[in-house]
Amino acid sequence: MTTENNGDQDNMETTTTPSSLSSVASSSKRKVINTKAMGTGLEARGVHAWFGNHHALADVSLDFAAGTVTALIGPSGCGKSTFIRTLNRMHEFIPTAAMAGQVILDGKDIYDPSIDVTKIRLQIGMVFQKPNPFPSMTIGENVLSGLKLAQLKTENKDDLLEECLVKAGLWNEVKDRLNAHGGSLSGGQQQRLCIARSLAVRPQVLLMDEPCSALDPGSTLRIEETIEELSSSMTIVIVTHNMQQAARVSDYTAFFLSDGGPGQMIEMAPTNEIFARPRDKRTENYVTGRFG
Amino acid sequence: MTTTSPFQDIKPQRPWQASTKDRLITFAIFLLSILASVVVVSFTGLSGKLGLFVSFVFVFIFVTSGRSYLQFGSAVAKDSLVNILVAVGTFLTIIPIASILFEVFSKGYKGLYPGLFFQDMSLNSPNDPANVGGLGHAIVGTFLLVSIALIFSVPIGILTALYLTEIKGKFSRPIRFLVQAMSGVPSIVAGLFILSAILYPITKNNSSLLGSLALAILMIPTVARTSEEVLNLIPNDLREAGVALGGTQWRTVAMIVVPAAKSGLLTAVILGIARIAGETAPILLVAGGGDRYNFNPFSGPMGSLPHFIWNSFRAGTPESTARAWTGLLVLLVIVFVLFAIARFFGNRKVGK
Repeated sequence: MTTENNGDQDNMETTTTPSSLSSVASSSKRKVINTKAMGTGLEARGVHAWFGNHHALADVSLDFAAGTVTALIGPSGCGKSTFIRTLNRMHEFIPTAAMAGQVILDGKDIYDPSIDVTKIRLQIGMVFQKPNPFPSMTIGENVLSGLKLAQLKTENKDDLLEECLVKAGLWNEVKDRLNAHGGSLSGGQQQRLCIARSLAVRPQVLLMDEPCSALDPGSTLRIEETIEELSSSMTIVIVTHNMQQAARVSDYTAFFLSDGGPGQMIEMAPTNEIFARPRDKRTENYVTGRFG
Repeated sequence: MTTTSPFQDIKPQRPWQASTKDRLITFAIFLLSILASVVVVSFTGLSGKLGLFVSFVFVFIFVTSGRSYLQFGSAVAKDSLVNILVAVGTFLTIIPIASILFEVFSKGYKGLYPGLFFQDMSLNSPNDPANVGGLGHAIVGTFLLVSIALIFSVPIGILTALYLTEIKGKFSRPIRFLVQAMSGVPSIVAGLFILSAILYPITKNNSSLLGSLALAILMIPTVARTSEEVLNLIPNDLREAGVALGGTQWRTVAMIVVPAAKSGLLTAVILGIARIAGETAPILLVAGGGDRYNFNPFSGPMGSLPHFIWNSFRAGTPESTARAWTGLLVLLVIVFVLFAIARFFGNRKVGK
């Protein structure tokens, strides 16, 4: 494993300048952790990513503890999305992609050749930037599509359907039209439908790649409430460009940055610390809005 | 209505549309141009319909652009000049199509009578009047030829498209190139291929199965290319979402990609049918062409609409020529209906 860029972080001076955003983040996170079926979190060890010869991401090591929400922030092109896509092996769908490092789930590397990759994606779900309900399916079929795709059996489909839609905060809006097409919903509802769809296969980890970037503030709020609720039963990693959102929903925040070279993880800390007392000057510049 | 809107006096308007006055002026220019072209034809070397049309176009272009130039300047004049040229081009394109349709209809409709669709030609000579005998055997033959060709070409065509769009394997580029090249293969080549590869060495006999094989060779590239384009329109998000839910690639393609592309794939198949329904050369070579009903696709010569038309024209008598025009009309209508169905499905929103 290459570690040529490791030195950077250590050289940086530590700063303690309070951030203007600290008040937003100060409502410290607290929750009763329900350890049932939550697993043991997810750990990235020295993850690198390439697109062809372009080294997009260098040496990211992050530990996502079970039942926490971690926000990945940073300017565009710093490798956040690339990183989150290495966490459930979506990175490999880009034809020229390559990676190095390990991603550990339940003590096993998900890139181990003996692992069944479809099982991994069942345990690590993903919500995408653009709402993408399946156009040929109804709302109800969309929610249960994961079961059909992965050929899983469930005792009571109706209960599962309701449970997932309730968790995603969509039940009241769609309970009378479960047979309507997914495309008939508004953008925000579609995104919550996609969240409900990810929940139906009961993942331990949910990855969200800028889930609110295409949505209005009202829908964004609903999804943040959903994240809050879900975090008691699963591990969530969310990429966001909205720092207020990171401050509102996350327990931990990791700051990514690319200084012309491959993107790197600059620092990770509890969210209120990142916004109030970032250790790295670059993090402080970013979270206070001085660049990016 | 008891509710009174404060806006009820305001009428919706379309100020960007041509006013009645504008339309009248355009119409006047149109009439004037016709008049001017008549004058031009009678006083210059130009003559006939063509001369009339050419001088009309020039006068109309000159007057309309001149008017735009005086009113709005050179940019608008150029705009209206190009507009007229485009309209003339469209008109010139439509003329041959419309004249074919008109010709086929006006010569073919006389032979239409109910028995036409049920009787065959086995008891008729070319000299019989057009209201005796029929092309029932040809319709049955075309139907059998096309359906069996479908059985071969639809799975192969769609699977090829799936290979090109979903698997994107090492051989995508050469296969895409081959498919494109194959769609330009002259139909006689497909017929000769089946003739020399199967008919002469193996079966030694005409049959519509062989005709279908030749037609399938022609249809596969059409189905594969159209399906590929349709599948490429399905957003990649959907594939990623399917895989991210724990589906294998096969489950994702079968449950999400193909259903989303359903109507487009249907269009691809119908376009393929329209491509082969009128093919004559390969059918003449390998399916032979009977003038009696043959319901067995595995042996014996099989009639078909193109063969019926060809055969009737070849006979040369006025009666059989009329019969040929009627056959043309029937074939054209069938192909048109297929295109209409394809348009209908193609225009529906993907996934609906």
